[in-house]
Amino acid sequence: MAGAGGGSNDVQWCFSQVKGAIDDDVAEADIISTVEFNHSGELLATGDKGGRVVIFQQEQETKGQPHSRGEYNVYSTFQSHEPEFDYLKSLEIEEKINKIRWLPQKNAAQFLLSTNDKTIKLWKISERDKRPEGYNLKEEDGRYRDPSTVTTLRVPVFRPMDLMVEASPRRVFANAHTYHINSISVNSDYETYLSADDLRINLWHLEITDRSFNIVDIKPANMEELTEVITAAEFHPNQCNTLVYSSSKGTIRLCDMRAAALCDKHSKLFEEPEDPSNRSFFSEIISSISDVKFSHNGRYMMTRDYLSVKIWDLNMENRPVETYQVHEYLRSKLCSLYENDCIFDKFECCWNGNDSVVMTGSYNNFFRMFERGHRRDLTLEASRESSKPRAVLKPRKVCAGGKRKKDEISVDSLDFNKKILHTAWHPQDNIIAVATTNNLYIFQDKMN
Amino acid sequence: MSEEVEETKTPEEASTEEQKPEMDDKVISPEKAQEAELKARYPNLGSKPGGSDLLRKRLQKGQKYFDSGDYNMAKAKMKNKQLPTAAAEKTEITGDHIPTPQDLPQRKTSLVASKLAG
Repeated sequence: MAGAGGGSNDVQWCFSQVKGAIDDDVAEADIISTVEFNHSGELLATGDKGGRVVIFQQEQETKGQPHSRGEYNVYSTFQSHEPEFDYLKSLEIEEKINKIRWLPQKNAAQFLLSTNDKTIKLWKISERDKRPEGYNLKEEDGRYRDPSTVTTLRVPVFRPMDLMVEASPRRVFANAHTYHINSISVNSDYETYLSADDLRINLWHLEITDRSFNIVDIKPANMEELTEVITAAEFHPNQCNTLVYSSSKGTIRLCDMRAAALCDKHSKLFEEPEDPSNRSFFSEIISSISDVKFSHNGRYMMTRDYLSVKIWDLNMENRPVETYQVHEYLRSKLCSLYENDCIFDKFECCWNGNDSVVMTGSYNNFFRMFERGHRRDLTLEASRESSKPRAVLKPRKVCAGGKRKKDEISVDSLDFNKKILHTAWHPQDNIIAVATTNNLYIFQDKMN
Repeated sequence: MSEEVEETKTPEEASTEEQKPEMDDKVISPEKAQEAELKARYPNLGSKPGGSDLLRKRLQKGQKYFDSGDYNMAKAKMKNKQLPTAAAEKTEITGDHIPTPQDLPQRKTSLVASKLAG
């Protein structure tokens, strides 16, 4: 596992922290729905089904603790979205936070975009560590003084106070999506961002809330002819004109905004040809791409479908350059996974800082890492049992059939209610955030 | 990686041959075997799985209510179940004069805070 550039044996993952309640009775609102590090990795944001955002901040590294990097502690928490009712359709609009994306830091404050199914909000998170004291007309508790009792004047001064972190909504980008927003992505121009729903992608300017440009529209004239939907979209990390979007049919389209105002015609179409004799009822469902992420260097993109992770070279459209099986043993369980709807679970994926390792989640609170250069893979588990401070995580193995070795887990013992859909990797260091249903685990590499 | 795939195929082949002797002798992929199982359980399942029905269901996700009254009633019922009882407010300021915004205590959030922040 390469960190700063070492070989494959360098990284041993250790438990660092776990956030959230221990009890098994999980309220729906506590289900974590998104996890995202900011650009420096100092801040880690989570969103949940109850519309709340919690931001953790990494402690400054202290000389006294050379064996671990700073811990993440709660920095700010706020209610981002509230449930709404769509009167025209008589449908509830969930407050669940689908995605959080940080803006690059420009000044002392931090900004992030959070979105539910219909509305995107720009939040400003700022610190206040001083407050003015010594007003002439106000008492310290805020009550106004009777002006006739004022006999002398003084100049108010700023005095230090306990750090207060405030979150305030600066922009609300509403009413632009008929369907459910699945992705938001900030452009490398730091001025615009895209939001994608099932059938359309819109381009916004961060300062302007009353209009957005539609850049992709795949809605057919006759809805009976609908064959695919947009599942994820992202801007290229350094080419501000380039974006990709994935579909429920397993294809990825790359669009160049310089080519036309409406990017319905793709510039590149990435699709792996399928052997028609292998086609089954499940083929299209499991080929649906649940996440697409560009590599940090912008040369590759990674897609996640139900059973695998694929890495594509942007210069080669006809097949991925690498394919990693996440949990191939589930192929013989597709019938029951269809019945319990697990086959529709949307797993995300992420790159490490230098694009040498990719990570994605699975069931039974397992998550998988694939080391690209060395073609090695690793299965780890996020569980309370392996939650002793700095305890090294033991690799896990699933036994697909035949004789089960000691320490292996058989496919039939997997808990399909324990799914890891959201994971995030620190932009520079080997620190990962893994979300189980209602807990957030933070793991770090063992520092010697 | 290849070891895993082989392990998956071997027991599946074995079970296919042993448990379902009425099937063909030729090897059926695990996926196709699963498809057969599904079709056996749900014979009315349409042959176009990724087609309009599934997508349409996806596009219209979310619970449909009869009207906004129905929605608000359902929300009220849920709130009674989930919210803990609010602590009694300290009311030193109200009662003897008309309160101004500066006098009132900070507004308490009506929704429960996230357990991740606890």
